[in-house]
Amino acid sequence: MKNGKLILLIIIFVLLTSLSLTLAQPEAPREREITIEAYKFAYNPEIIEVNQGDKVTIRFISTDVHHGLYIDGYELKTDAIPGHEGEITFVANKTGKFTMRCSVTCGAFHPYMISYLKVKPDYRLFGSILLALILFLSSIVLMVRKER
Amino acid sequence: MKDKILGIFPLDWRYDITSLPYVRSVLKSRWVPFLIIVFNLFFFTIILMAGVVGGVSAGNYNFAIMFVWILWWVMLMLVFVPFFSRIWCSTCPLPAFGEWIQRLGFLKVRNKLFGLNRKWPKQLKNMWLMNFLFLGTTYTTGFLTTRPIATFILLMAIILGSVVLSTVFERRSFCLYCCPVSGFQGLYSNIAMTEIRCKDPEVCRNHNVSTRAKALGCDYQQRDCVRGNENGYACPWLEVPFNQNRRNTYCGMCFECFKTCPYDNMAFNLRPPATDLVLDKKRGLDEAWKAFMMLGIAIFFFLIMQGPFGFLKDWANAKTLAGYLSYISVHSTFNLLIFPGIFFVFSYASHALGRTELPLKRVFINFSYTLVPLGLMAWIAFSVGIIFANGSYLIHVISDPFGWGWNLLGTANFPWTPFMTGMVPYMQIGGLLLGLALSLDIGFKIARQTFKNRDEAVMGFYPIAAFLTVTTMFLMWLFTG
Ligand code: SF4
Ligand code: SF4
Ligand code: SF4
Ligand SMILES: [Cu+2]
Repeated sequence: MKNGKLILLIIIFVLLTSLSLTLAQPEAPREREITIEAYKFAYNPEIIEVNQGDKVTIRFISTDVHHGLYIDGYELKTDAIPGHEGEITFVANKTGKFTMRCSVTCGAFHPYMISYLKVKPDYRLFGSILLALILFLSSIVLMVRKER
Repeated sequence: MKDKILGIFPLDWRYDITSLPYVRSVLKSRWVPFLIIVFNLFFFTIILMAGVVGGVSAGNYNFAIMFVWILWWVMLMLVFVPFFSRIWCSTCPLPAFGEWIQRLGFLKVRNKLFGLNRKWPKQLKNMWLMNFLFLGTTYTTGFLTTRPIATFILLMAIILGSVVLSTVFERRSFCLYCCPVSGFQGLYSNIAMTEIRCKDPEVCRNHNVSTRAKALGCDYQQRDCVRGNENGYACPWLEVPFNQNRRNTYCGMCFECFKTCPYDNMAFNLRPPATDLVLDKKRGLDEAWKAFMMLGIAIFFFLIMQGPFGFLKDWANAKTLAGYLSYISVHSTFNLLIFPGIFFVFSYASHALGRTELPLKRVFINFSYTLVPLGLMAWIAFSVGIIFANGSYLIHVISDPFGWGWNLLGTANFPWTPFMTGMVPYMQIGGLLLGLALSLDIGFKIARQTFKNRDEAVMGFYPIAAFLTVTTMFLMWLFTG
């Protein structure tokens, strides 16, 4: 019966975690202005975080050569050269992590010039972690049942 | 009760593709895979030339880099290996010169091979050399994927290496034990949904060999598929083709055994995924380490190529010597020691909980094969992240392979067009969860093999399942969160 107890414990743990995740309250939306600096071959800041519903304005500055900024998923684009800024304004209605990448060939590591836009709360991540836990539990339940 | 993969596909389900019309006669022809090799040779010649003359400094506008690292590599991980095992090796042009030199010809069969035909040293008949060569290759990832000449050097090294080793060692020793991209194809082809095996073991058992050979106990060496005959060569990959208890790992899918077998008894089977991982034969630490390293390297590659940290890119790009050395040491330590070490802790727990008499080493090795499905899926997740964002460069370079301002297909001005980037995270999550399901399923079957008694198997499975699940969560977070 040792196994039964262990499984029960794990199920309770999973239920509690998923409960706390679903209860996590998103913050109220607001306006944000974020400055992103581009240089060969990265962005500063490396990761920007906003909340769902925020109205985001990105001021895009290049410190060396011609760089671009393309936001995956939102499919928005701007570019900048030193002295000329770019700008993107959008409402962050999609949640999750979105890769932002350079859209102007700027040198050897250009395709790897990347930063992240994280729009909270990340339901997708919660969901996928939950699915992984479900797989874990079902494999254990199946194994225990099969071995009986 | 019959064992099933994921509870759906019976482990022993097979469908022989050669039972379709024409397939067998195509595979028996000496023109196959010769013609495909020649075609690929033409293609790789363009790649090699582009590596030298297509001197655009930015790799994304270079034919060699785009076709080798964006198309070929992604195809290997996404299509060739998971579905067709080592089908790439069947059509690979890189060792062709070496093989043609051994055979002193292209199509005719001449079983006395040219060269010294030495036996490969016994201590090296495993994946260790390939593990280190592959790790060494990853040190140069910052150059390989950004500087055309580096790709040229790597491909030339493979070609020259295979020519030299082919004249010294027997058959495909180079491919079996040296080629840097051989090891992971071998390991991950355990998952492949196809295999080459004999059709009916009974036919092989009755295959007429002299009674003398039988009496001497060397009768298997007398079979046509092992020895070669006028229609085809002895297995160039040193396999025993009719052995049913082998894995895909070292079968280069050259189809020679289809040509040599006088009874048409070789089959090209469709099969459920990952069945080789359940086979309790010839598992070893070399392959365990390959599994650790491949997963670890996928994590590092993701951080370097799709992560936001500029300092890591500078490290890999060798901006400073200190940075480059840090990259090499952190990368090697993690892949060779830390990651295997973490896995060791979980195997230790499994061994302790399962209370088996088997040595800990066995438990560690057996369970390391559970990392194979998850590892391949990590590479697939990495690959979709690359191809959907950057695939459009291929359309550009195909019109202007050497950077000479050509416009062969009228697509030279095709702009960079990221494709379906919003969907990529979902594909990555889907792939990783499928990988977890397969890994758990294989873990479950390996547990029953490893621990003879059922309660012990259940207890021994817990830590491994936990490790696989936590690793999957980490990967999902890394890729998409
Ligand atoms: S092992 Fe390497 S060189 Fe040999 S056929 Fe396969 S990919 Fe080509
Ligand atoms: S030659 Fe054909 S029948 Fe004979 S052992 Fe090989 S596969 Fe079997
Ligand atoms: S001859 Fe050997 S390497 Fe070639 S397909 Fe047959 S078993 Fe595989
Ligand atoms: Cu840039």
